[in-house]
Amino acid sequence: MPILVYTENAAGKFKKSIFEVVSYAKAIADQQQTTVTALSIGDVSADELATLGKYGADKVLNVSNDKLKTFVNQAYASVIAEAANKEGADIVVLSNSFSGRGLAPRVGVKLDAGVADGAVSLPDLSDGKFSIKKTAFSGKAFANVELTSAKKVIALTVNSYKVVENGGTAKVEDFTVDVKESDFRAMLKEIVQSTDKISLPDAEIVVSGGRGLKGPENWGMIEELATLLGGATACSKPVSDAGWRPHSEHVGQTGIAVSPNLYIAIGISGAIQHLAGISRSKVIVVINKDPEAPFFKVADYGIVGDAFDVVPKLIAAVKEFKA
Amino acid sequence: MKILVCISNVPDTTTKITFTNNNTQFNTNGVQFILNPYDEIALARAIELTDGGKGTVTVINVGDISTEPTIRKALAIGATDAVRVNAVPHDAWFVAKQIAEYAKTNGFDLILTGRESIDYNGSKVAGMLGELLDQPSVSIIKKLDIDGTTGTVEREIEGGKEVLTISLPFIAGTAEGVAELKIPNMRGIMSARTKPLQVIEAVEVPSTSEVISFETPAPRGAVTLISADETAKLVDLLHTEAKVI
Ligand SMILES: Cc1cc2nc3c(=O)[nH]c(=O)nc-3n(C[C@H](O)[C@H](O)[C@H](O)COP(=O)(O)OP(=O)(O)OC[C@H]3O[C@@H](n4cnc5c(N)ncnc54)[C@H](O)[C@@H]3O)c2cc1C
Ligand SMILES: Nc1ncnc2c1ncn2[C@@H]1O[C@H](COP(=O)(O)O)[C@@H](O)[C@H]1O
Repeated sequence: MPILVYTENAAGKFKKSIFEVVSYAKAIADQQQTTVTALSIGDVSADELATLGKYGADKVLNVSNDKLKTFVNQAYASVIAEAANKEGADIVVLSNSFSGRGLAPRVGVKLDAGVADGAVSLPDLSDGKFSIKKTAFSGKAFANVELTSAKKVIALTVNSYKVVENGGTAKVEDFTVDVKESDFRAMLKEIVQSTDKISLPDAEIVVSGGRGLKGPENWGMIEELATLLGGATACSKPVSDAGWRPHSEHVGQTGIAVSPNLYIAIGISGAIQHLAGISRSKVIVVINKDPEAPFFKVADYGIVGDAFDVVPKLIAAVKEFKA
Repeated sequence: MKILVCISNVPDTTTKITFTNNNTQFNTNGVQFILNPYDEIALARAIELTDGGKGTVTVINVGDISTEPTIRKALAIGATDAVRVNAVPHDAWFVAKQIAEYAKTNGFDLILTGRESIDYNGSKVAGMLGELLDQPSVSIIKKLDIDGTTGTVEREIEGGKEVLTISLPFIAGTAEGVAELKIPNMRGIMSARTKPLQVIEAVEVPSTSEVISFETPAPRGAVTLISADETAKLVDLLHTEAKVI
């Protein structure tokens, strides 16, 4: 029985997080000695679909139904469950993206499957169990959860599994579905893309600013540093509460949990609620004028100094490095 | 309009999370429990939407008797009445089944949850409820308006947002932006004591998941401090040692 992986697209393209879920599904398929079937819904070119083969998909089911061109949570959940049934797949993998988080519980109920949301590890099959490590307590801890149901749904945390290219090719098949009218009670009116920059949950480098930056007019250097490094910008909660930055940039226990390779915290004290959202960062750099700031306790590299002095110097150094 | 708001009882956000019993149990020793911050936002919006006699707000919690202070807080903030399903919540599936069971026989126009509970946080209850009740579900909602029988919501997506219209009834998982929090006033606190709080027994649900153990993030090594005049050295370390740029 193949592993089914739902590969969501963003305007017809697959993002790195999707190559992560396909690589992850492939690793589970290897554990179970089976194959990977990818499911794509919407307008994706044949060339783009074929790229999934590189990461381990053996077959791609392509749903290109006019009613399913844009994301409709309930209808997409129905298609994913239908594909799982058609393929006889007991394990469904998807990304713990904003859309994926809405789909996983619905697919779980449809398939009578236990759901591991926010998964950060491959299943551990020892002792005849099927257990997965997942984030818990909004990033302050992890739980090892056993899925005891026959079928399983796994939503993989972005940036938590490496992309593996093993060079295969995937056979693309059209998959026709009958859509139910009642699945379309929520209709998309508009998509507002706030930036064409890298989105925070997907970013591998995050430059984040706190109240130490004094006001929104000082974010120019934060944005410049982020752009230079090819990263995204973020902030602490009081900064978005004050309206200096949008809520979508607020990182922490009650904001977004990020897991970049590099998190640079500038003028942020390191309150426990903030740290919850960044504990999965690989490398943490802290710039703060207070040597006693709690953030230094969890930092890998630190500079004690005034942000208005240090950040311009850091920008200059990065420019030099990139030159 | 009849609104149901699902509320969970979670450790205060300042809690340092630790475990006992060989890392199999959350250590509640000395932990203060609060109304889940996102549920508080949902509740505030529900009260706004029904303000001025335009409807009722029922809060529901799946929990044992220890959650009653949190339920009373929700009543003090302004909920009309409350229901407690008397059981320790096993997982999101268990919680969603209990709430769906209650909602089925009580017919709500709108069900609100938080985007996630900050304890075992799975952001699953809203979607599961949607499926169990055959209703649309939208999550990580930053804006929620109701006009007649149609809702308009803004949903967060990577790098932007989606605007959707949805016909009632539906389920929405709310996040910051939906409403300003409401602080209970003295009158609210007094009246909360006498507002109805119904306790019902749980239905049996076959389990689909079991927590085997918990872990906390691995501690990091000591920080390498670099002087403010040596930013080039930091860049070099990030490149050669940490290999992240
Ligand atoms: C229910 C609840 C939920 C919360 N959730 C979150 C959350 O999800 N995320 C979050 O971030 N917070 C959250 N908080 C808030 C949290 O407790 C802290 O208040 C917040 O993180 C502090 O933000 P800050 O570090 O930017 O500001 P401050 O605590 O004011 O720290 C500013 C820092 O900047 C430094 N500084 C000042 N001037 C300079 C300068 N010129 N150069 C360099 N450094 C300078 C200071 O030394 C200080 O360390 C939550 C709080 C509650 C009650
Ligand atoms: N025990 C509970 N009782 C009532 N509602 C709950 C409970 N647990 C979670 N919820 C609701 O479901 C939302 C999402 O929770 P979760 O899926 O656990 O992250 C919360 O914000 C609450 O609105």
